[in-house]
Amino acid sequence: MKLSILVNEGPYQHQAADTAIQFTKAAVARGHEIFRVFFYHDGVNNGTRFAVPPQDDRNITAQWTALAEEHNLDLVLCIAAAQRRGILDENEAKRQGKDGNNIAPGFRISGLGQLIEAGIQSDRLVIFGD
Amino acid sequence: MAEPWEDEPEGPVRKFMYVNRRAPYGTIYALESLEVVLIAAAFEQDVTLVFMDDGVFQIKKGQSTEAIGVKNFSPTYRALEGYDVEKLYVSRESLESRGLTTDDLVVPVQVLDKDQLAALMEEQEVILSF
Repeated sequence: MKLSILVNEGPYQHQAADTAIQFTKAAVARGHEIFRVFFYHDGVNNGTRFAVPPQDDRNITAQWTALAEEHNLDLVLCIAAAQRRGILDENEAKRQGKDGNNIAPGFRISGLGQLIEAGIQSDRLVIFGD
Repeated sequence: MAEPWEDEPEGPVRKFMYVNRRAPYGTIYALESLEVVLIAAAFEQDVTLVFMDDGVFQIKKGQSTEAIGVKNFSPTYRALEGYDVEKLYVSRESLESRGLTTDDLVVPVQVLDKDQLAALMEEQEVILSF
């Protein structure tokens, strides 16, 4: 089945972020195709490489990056949600006149149209959040 | 003249439902849901909006947000008609339990009881709940 994933909550704050990556791993392991993972609301905070969780805790962002590299996943942060919350890639940092960027490897920033396209193209859009 | 949405990928028309369940202020879900609906309108999908639980307050007349320092975005709901988003439904139980009638709302809506809403949800292909 062709799946897309929507992550609506931030890491560590909310179980949804963990469940989303665990579900995605399980879906890939079962042979499902992941069309896209889209991060919205505080979910965009899953995509900052500047988060430093304690060493004895899981690193959710690093898990996404590794999963994306291994399975060529398309991890997309909503641009409007990301701008509000200070998540920038190199282009956005330049465009907004900011002195650095913090997007993690394997993620990209794009528009909400990518979420709608995921809804159109996928057999199921699976949503993680309240 | 090229409109921005003309670059968007082609796809089948699907039935999208946006379920708005939260109060307009206090969390960002209502505002960011509205942003999704406005972007999604450009994709010319079959769009339905539902307001239920505290989500009915999103479209209540006479909102004044000056004292909380947040933008009042309720006038934007009146613009939805211009985007061909015309199927707006409100939960009868949610409206009545909050002492509201359709006269209290900024947009024309159809009132459905919970069984009718459930049947409407059954028809959908993609449901986004905020």
